[in-house]
Amino acid sequence: MAGELLKSRSSAFTTFLKKNIAIVSGLVVLCVVLSFASPYFLTKHNIMTLLRQISTNAILTLGMMMCIMIGGIDLSLGSVVALSGTVTAVLITRAGFGIPLAILMGLLSGVVCGLFSGLFVAYIKVPAFVATLAVMNVARGAAYIATNANPVRITVEAFNNLGIGFVAGIPLPVIYTAVLVILVSLFLNKTRMGRYIYAVGGNLEAARYSGINVKAVQITVHVLSGFLAAFAGIVLAARMYSGQPAVASGWELDAVAASVLGGVSLLGGTGSVASAMIGVLIIGVLQNGLNLLNVHSFWQLVVKGIVILIAVTFDMLRSRKAEEN
Amino acid sequence: MLPLISAKGEYVVGKTVLRMVDIDKRFPGVHALKSANLEVKEGEVHALLGGNGAGKSTLMKILGAIYQPDGGEIFIDGQPAQLASVRDAQGYGISIIHQELMLFPELSIAENMFIGERPEGYGYINRKEMERRAQAVLDDLGIRLQAGTVVSSLSLAQQQLVEIARALSFNARIIVMDEPTSSLSNKEVEMLFEFIRKLKKNGVAIIYISHKLDELFEISDRITVLRDGETVGTVITKETTEDDLIRMMVGRELSSFYSQAQREISPEVVLEVRGLAKEGVFHDINFQLRKGEILGFTGLVGSGRTEVMEAIFGIRSFDRGEILLRGSRAEIKSPTDAIAAGLALVPEDRKAHGLILKNTVGFNMTITVLKEFIGSFRVDRKAERSILDSYKERLRIVTPSYRQIAAKLSGGNQQKVVLAKWLATKPLVLILDEPTRGIDVGAKAEIYTLMHDLTKQGVSIIMVSSELPEVMAMSDRICVMNEGTISATLAKEEFSEEKIVAYSVRRG
Repeated sequence: MAGELLKSRSSAFTTFLKKNIAIVSGLVVLCVVLSFASPYFLTKHNIMTLLRQISTNAILTLGMMMCIMIGGIDLSLGSVVALSGTVTAVLITRAGFGIPLAILMGLLSGVVCGLFSGLFVAYIKVPAFVATLAVMNVARGAAYIATNANPVRITVEAFNNLGIGFVAGIPLPVIYTAVLVILVSLFLNKTRMGRYIYAVGGNLEAARYSGINVKAVQITVHVLSGFLAAFAGIVLAARMYSGQPAVASGWELDAVAASVLGGVSLLGGTGSVASAMIGVLIIGVLQNGLNLLNVHSFWQLVVKGIVILIAVTFDMLRSRKAEEN
Repeated sequence: MLPLISAKGEYVVGKTVLRMVDIDKRFPGVHALKSANLEVKEGEVHALLGGNGAGKSTLMKILGAIYQPDGGEIFIDGQPAQLASVRDAQGYGISIIHQELMLFPELSIAENMFIGERPEGYGYINRKEMERRAQAVLDDLGIRLQAGTVVSSLSLAQQQLVEIARALSFNARIIVMDEPTSSLSNKEVEMLFEFIRKLKKNGVAIIYISHKLDELFEISDRITVLRDGETVGTVITKETTEDDLIRMMVGRELSSFYSQAQREISPEVVLEVRGLAKEGVFHDINFQLRKGEILGFTGLVGSGRTEVMEAIFGIRSFDRGEILLRGSRAEIKSPTDAIAAGLALVPEDRKAHGLILKNTVGFNMTITVLKEFIGSFRVDRKAERSILDSYKERLRIVTPSYRQIAAKLSGGNQQKVVLAKWLATKPLVLILDEPTRGIDVGAKAEIYTLMHDLTKQGVSIIMVSSELPEVMAMSDRICVMNEGTISATLAKEEFSEEKIVAYSVRRG
């Protein structure tokens, strides 16, 4: 009898489909339409390009969704991408650092950014929106200062290969992303800290009354978010053979869009990695398809905005219906 | 208006204003109302009583046209009524005053009263005229408030009066009050009751929902009891007893509501608080809690009871004093420290502090003991299930699944989930702050029994409660608090309502 109370794991996939029916069917319809509209869409080459294109947003979304889940946001992601890329590039080309050490320093720059945001959120109780807005400016400024506002070319092939290489026909950035998606998913579902994130986002006060160290949760989430953005920034620098201080401006908002499309509630406390990744795919497929159809990038923005509104409207209607029952 | 008061000052039965006949309502998976009947007369206070999930609020939502019934009929003044929308209900003079008040805190009383009206002319609002009209309504009802006052500066009871005044300004003839006293002090309750009596005289019918039996006996004329979506019966309040009502509600005999089993209290002091003080909040808090004892804490709202408990549990800081557990000083700076020291606190505000409402029942039940089944990147589902099953069974939590969202459980079951998450930590000392507030009689009795069982196992309990019958029946000793300090500690043989009330209003 008690066994019936916990649904078996085999139904996890069906539950997932049921919860995400709107966005999953949206994605499927989008793919079907595009495969008819452009014969090139379903080719292996295009799919690999598509996956590589979305890898950065996928990694940023992992961090963003955790920040949103604790009832916050991380506006500094795009700037951290630029900072870590330029820090790594400058260290390799101008300071003569070895590749591993330079990468480590790049990652560290992201961790420090996240730590700052996290400390201000946890101890000073600055809203995450404001704390990360400040860090966004500082990180972007630091990237410009480090490079004199010019792109820093990287000619070290071993480093660039980390971004442009393939393994078994799959671009390396796609593989990194897959690994990170699995790790974050395990982190949220199979660790205490993962559950604490849901608890803090669901009801911060109740989490505190339950003996959860709320500050530690907030700091951890922001540090992870900074780390992930820094990782994405280094991969991007390798793909572009350069550290570019102006890159990734506004990309944090694509991560917000993907999270929201993927059903992560802006009120906090709910969200799943798999659904958020579907949000990333929708945005990526849409962009890829519109490119294939030669739609001007200005119009692409308009379409993206409308799709976000439609998806969120569906989601709101669905959750309202669920509430009434 | 019909004369509803006889020459002797007695309530005279008026004519029937509302009849709800065989109301049936199904939700997916739940048959919420099977055959609910309610008949309310002009000028009467008609109490609606029933356990959580009995169907009271569903029935009232049908009356307010928030839900549409699947079967049954509603008659108003003997005529079949069509309640298709909330506006229809208002048109019939039906007004529902919700537990959570629906006022705009930053607007004035007058603005709140006329918020739904269309502005005349070009959207221009004549503030003076509006306040004059609002004041007329308030004066008419004998509510001594200024119509220009901002609502947020009023007490809860006063805000409730404003809600009622607003309802009456729409010519409400049937007013539903859902747990109107749940956050009011005794004095405010008296004020509300006086007002209700005034409304009665004007022929308004009041449907009064409350769990507090003593209140129902004081204010209601008749009581309709619902159980499992059906009307069990309607009784005249004067001719009934508390036991009758409880029997009707639970459908079985509750041999004694408060299980009065004798307890053996060991002399061992588990928790001792010495000279605890926080500037401006509480001071000179001294007490000892023995093994297996239930120590009651009572006093008026605002006397500092909750604040003391939160300080002991590490939620609030304190300036002076010390907390000793089993004789040695405990450094408690956060709830994490408190839990490690063997304390548990079931907070007063279940929704704000007790539960993560949007998450599942299972998530909530185990959030305090994740260490027992989550290792590094590994969840021991079997261990998790066994914790869930054991506390679900022990507390008789009724839920369709552990994946049920906590917000969807009844109040009693929500409280049991909070209890489960704290019992799972196997505490030495369990602090219960208003553990039975807003839950039905059946669940209350179960919580009392549970408390006895726990003390038998050597757990010590602090029970903070405003309900004197409860705290007197359950406690071995009672600390009465007044103005931030303990004004008296009474032993069992000294318990009396008079004494407790006296110590809670004056010193020493």
